[in-house]
Amino acid sequence: MEQALADVKVLDITHHIAGPYCTKLLADYGADVIKVERPGRGDPARRMGPFLGDDPHPDKSGLFLHLNTSKRGVTLNLKSGSGRKLFGELLAGVDILVENFAPRVMPSLGLAYEELEKVNPKLVMTSISNFGQTGPYRDFKASELILYGMGGAMNETGTLDRYPLKKGGNAIQYQAGTIAAVATMLALFSSRLQGIGQHVDVPIFESQMGTIDRRMSHLLSYQYNGETSYRPDPLQEPPGFPAGVYACKDGFFQIAGGFVFWSRICQMMDRPDLADDPGFNTPQGQRDPENLERFSIIWYPWIAEHTKLEIVTAGQAAGVLCGPISTSEDLLNEPHWKERGFWEEIEHPVAGKLTYPGAPFKMAETPWQASRPAPQLGEHNAEVFGELEYSKEDLVRLRESGVI
Amino acid sequence: MAKLPLEGIRVVDITVIYAGPFATMNLADWGAEVIRVESLKHFQVLTRGGIAHPPQDIVSNPTRTGGLATYCGRDVSFRPWNRWTLFNAHARNKLGCTMDLTQPRGKELFKRLIAGSDVFLESNAPHVVENFGLTYDVLKEVNPKLIMLSMPGFGSSGPYKYYRALGVHQEGFIGHTYLRGYPDSDPSTTSTLYHADEASGASAALAVLMALHYRNRTGKGQYIDMSQAEATMPHLGEAIMDYSMNRCVQNSVGNRLPGAAPCGCYRCQGEDRWINITVTSDEEWQGLCRVMGNPEWTRDERFTDSLSRDRNQDDMDTLIEEWTGQNNHYDLMFRLQKEGVPAGPVIFEDDAYTDPHLKERNFFQEVTHEECGTHMYPTFGFRMSRTPNSIRLPPVRLGEHNEYVYKELLKVSDEEYHQLEEEGHIGMDYAPEIR
Repeated sequence: MEQALADVKVLDITHHIAGPYCTKLLADYGADVIKVERPGRGDPARRMGPFLGDDPHPDKSGLFLHLNTSKRGVTLNLKSGSGRKLFGELLAGVDILVENFAPRVMPSLGLAYEELEKVNPKLVMTSISNFGQTGPYRDFKASELILYGMGGAMNETGTLDRYPLKKGGNAIQYQAGTIAAVATMLALFSSRLQGIGQHVDVPIFESQMGTIDRRMSHLLSYQYNGETSYRPDPLQEPPGFPAGVYACKDGFFQIAGGFVFWSRICQMMDRPDLADDPGFNTPQGQRDPENLERFSIIWYPWIAEHTKLEIVTAGQAAGVLCGPISTSEDLLNEPHWKERGFWEEIEHPVAGKLTYPGAPFKMAETPWQASRPAPQLGEHNAEVFGELEYSKEDLVRLRESGVI
Repeated sequence: MAKLPLEGIRVVDITVIYAGPFATMNLADWGAEVIRVESLKHFQVLTRGGIAHPPQDIVSNPTRTGGLATYCGRDVSFRPWNRWTLFNAHARNKLGCTMDLTQPRGKELFKRLIAGSDVFLESNAPHVVENFGLTYDVLKEVNPKLIMLSMPGFGSSGPYKYYRALGVHQEGFIGHTYLRGYPDSDPSTTSTLYHADEASGASAALAVLMALHYRNRTGKGQYIDMSQAEATMPHLGEAIMDYSMNRCVQNSVGNRLPGAAPCGCYRCQGEDRWINITVTSDEEWQGLCRVMGNPEWTRDERFTDSLSRDRNQDDMDTLIEEWTGQNNHYDLMFRLQKEGVPAGPVIFEDDAYTDPHLKERNFFQEVTHEECGTHMYPTFGFRMSRTPNSIRLPPVRLGEHNEYVYKELLKVSDEEYHQLEEEGHIGMDYAPEIR
């Protein structure tokens, strides 16, 4: 079957996480993405863990392998004149350029949008950066932690008695990459339908501020009512029982109970005898500490005897809002994701056959497909530059002079 | 003058709460005509408020639940559903009508609306469209070029298909909760978080754009099955790959980042104010030392090189916090960045509206809403040079564009319009008995 973006060509000079995730989304849905890396060292993500077998080999970074599926890889030194000439030739044949350098870099290389559109007037250029192409913070440095603190809702993540907490892993940069892919597709529409190219400015900072996490809603609450948000106070009384995260036989699960759902909780525990107990099924009853103690004597032994999936299966069957606190091990073993075919087996010449996260969405007519594993450094130099009619001898010379 | 990229595309939107509405916000912002279809007979909890008619005393005297559950002015005397911040944050640039999809006449009208549209987006539990009889198989008969996207929590197949889960539960299902707590305690001590909402909302917008691109080329519509969980799991890719490669189960590292020390969130002057600092090289460390005034402790052998700093982070954090605690969070950012040290404040809502960078980039825009008044609204996650946009329409009120949708699009006569009002399809108010 044909893929959705089978007719789209992308030149990708991104590195690290946000940029490569943006181009991965396009590549896995069929775009021809040519990933350009620096000769010698390549994308710094190649040097970031986790590594297969803890071996810090440039083709064994799990992060890099995940972020660069379906792309072809070339090397090019953009600081050399010959490198920029080759870059111009590649650029002339693509719809989209994605970059995530610090904002001063592209202009300093003579590669500002105003220059590039002379080569390719319908070019879509997507620039992902920490703070955007303009403004007082333009050249400020950042990190996953700093970007969440500034753009996201870190002020209300964690608990009031302790420091604010970031999200897991590098979730902010992945989100910025997803937003950048949306922006890139929009600009592609203008390019294809109206014949106009444009420069798209995706600041990770504003991609968070403008995301309907709690952040946008709370920014508006401040405008409406002058109130700021805060982290929850762990000393505050819980809203009823059972509620929150609990330890069980093999890990943790979470549940939203309270008096409203008490009969369902009884069904979940197979304890119909407790369903009409006014100490449990009324708001007054649930507020009485004695009833909490009576409940605890029943509840904790029951959850200690059951696994998280047993509890969640029983709870969901009874209509209770609940779920496991899964680990990555659970994810790869749970029947639901297997049955939906979410996981992908991809064979890489160095890393071997591994299981990867699969399609973020399933398009009935135009499937997601990891058409190839992440490229080795310069793997497709001969193929890609060959398409520009460079001979093998040319490539040897370019390699010797450090251009590729 | 260039048109916005999606001008001419009509989207029918019955999405609820956060994730789906964020997807359609991205389409509406960039020119699509997004029509929200809502019911006067059923109040979807959290979408336009906690309940349809909240009592004033509860709204006036909230428990500490945060601004999420807030009405404009904490005033619910008139149409509170048009004053709910969570809704008004994403409902700009959209149109809205009301229709009762449980009645045969509602279904018939809905199909006529679909016939004249390009995209249909829904984020309900899978049984909802099944019960309405408005699945893709039915709707493609009405409009063969239709693009329909469903985005329930767990997708349209598999053992969890009908599972109930709010955003907070979904974070647990996909392994995020396990990865993001305080490293010295278990997952029961973190607050709730909703990454799947924003991740799947953006992914749904992307999916629709890809399907539109394919339709532009081939004329074919299609169905898109999106599980909010699956759209989000790739965002946790390295933890998944670590298990896949090494059978290693990652757990929370708090605010630490690999290769960075010091790396943390430090208390500043004032009530609950903080700065994040991330040092990734000796140069950055020296910059930090300079801004701190080169205190004696920085020359301690526990902190002289990056490996020692990494091993002794907890000790170092205490010493750094003694210093940050005497300084203003914004002031520290400027001083540290000037010396090349990555640092930024934890921005609270009041900070955001005075932030010089956001101000210079015009991130907030003044918008007047008929019932809420004039306020500054957050705008867009990205900017496009030749198709700049703006908030063209304020957050849509319930049933605000009924006349347009029924009379202009569906060609309903004045008489029939009146009948539809009587039958409870058309209106701007939930009846008093609706919870």
